[in-house]
Amino acid sequence: MKVSKLPDPFKSAREDKGYGEMDDQNDPVTMLLRLKDVRKSAHKYQTFTSEAKPGRIVVPSEVAIRDVRQIPFEVDPPMHRDYRTLVEDWFRRPNAPDYQAKLSVLVEEVVALALSADKIEVINEFSLRLQSRALTLLLNVPLEISKTWIDWGTHVFRSEGEALDGNKAAILYDYIDKEIDKAIANPGEDMYSVLLASEINGRKLTKEEVKGVMILTFAGGRDTVINALTNTIAYFSDHPESLIRLRREPEIIDKTVEELIRYFSPLTHMGRVVTEDTVVCEHAVKADTRVSLCWASANRDAAVFERPNEVILDRKMNPHVGFGFSHHNCLGATHARQILKTLIRTLTEKVSSIEILESEDNIEELGHFKRKVGFHKLVAVFS
Amino acid sequence: MPKITFITATGESIIAEGTSGSVMELAKQYNVSGIDGDCGGVCSCATCHVHVAPADFNKTGAASEIEADMLELDDNVIKFSRLCCQIEVSDAVDGVTLTVPG
Repeated sequence: MKVSKLPDPFKSAREDKGYGEMDDQNDPVTMLLRLKDVRKSAHKYQTFTSEAKPGRIVVPSEVAIRDVRQIPFEVDPPMHRDYRTLVEDWFRRPNAPDYQAKLSVLVEEVVALALSADKIEVINEFSLRLQSRALTLLLNVPLEISKTWIDWGTHVFRSEGEALDGNKAAILYDYIDKEIDKAIANPGEDMYSVLLASEINGRKLTKEEVKGVMILTFAGGRDTVINALTNTIAYFSDHPESLIRLRREPEIIDKTVEELIRYFSPLTHMGRVVTEDTVVCEHAVKADTRVSLCWASANRDAAVFERPNEVILDRKMNPHVGFGFSHHNCLGATHARQILKTLIRTLTEKVSSIEILESEDNIEELGHFKRKVGFHKLVAVFS
Repeated sequence: MPKITFITATGESIIAEGTSGSVMELAKQYNVSGIDGDCGGVCSCATCHVHVAPADFNKTGAASEIEADMLELDDNVIKFSRLCCQIEVSDAVDGVTLTVPG
């Protein structure tokens, strides 16, 4: 099997009954597996709320390690709209030419480093490095700050052999507290300062709210971006013909990014808490239990996608939910898309081949489903 | 050259001319406010939603099934809604008026 292949473990459950079940720290989850059900449930926030106890909609649940509400992620409309409006322009900055020019420099440096080394471990020496450096642009902070984030390792919340690591989470929360305090003492043009100066409904954002937005920004864009970058490298290693095609047809790169996001689905699923007894796929779900919107399964739904298990670089109709759907679609998507576009363009310009020497899959266990989401280790030679 | 009129949520009228590509791409070229086209035109994000003037709907035609499924969950959907990434710029749509929902 090709190293970049990500099998679809949900096919039979999705087609037979439309849902799956898993336990998570004694708070079970009914996983919705079909695209239409996932989209409808994502939209219907009145029945499937994000505004539960902080951490509960995440799977695995972060209730035990987090009290701070992530904003706007764990807030429902109408308040969600107010928060979202407040931060949306900031998160759209990656569309600006000067942001893209700076990002290109960062991507080219990381690719040049990979080319100059005999071999590299892609996750730590490429993806984590690029994700962290790119994050300095999103936060509008000096590049050298990324060294601290790189030192944290690949997971903010998770560590080897343990789904949740409260100590690692504390590192992030303490760090953000300190950065907010610094921004209060010396306001600048960074994201902390901009948020602290923002107003919502005629009042300033509280420190707790600023912290909620910052935690979301750090945590939401870490494993996901790292998986997407690492899987992209694995994909082009297996498919040098795709790199050649994209070199000849750079105009399809936008479509390729969407297709890779669909195929990789860097975030497998996201939960909601059910507010009233209801039915999904003829299956009763009780109030105060959890469902999850399984983006990874929905993105392989053969009822919508032709040849769902193939990467079709210029797939034209691609209504994927790789960035979620509806009110809570990914706030960092503009940034993530821009990183991937820039990476692919840079690879077509600078790299002729990528050879994988060694790999170890990262497989999530979700009840009886086992899903490969990326790698624990990927050693490669760039040339 | 086909001309398309966009009316933004604030009532601004923008006349755009183009020869190829999608209407979403044309709108972005002319910086039509409210047309973001985040997904680049693959029918995944619904950030290029427009209301076609009823008299022009026969020119654009109705949404495909996949497009209609996306629109169904948009709060501003009407009978004449389209995702303009799915409309090609061509003589067939010359003169249409598209309004960006508020």
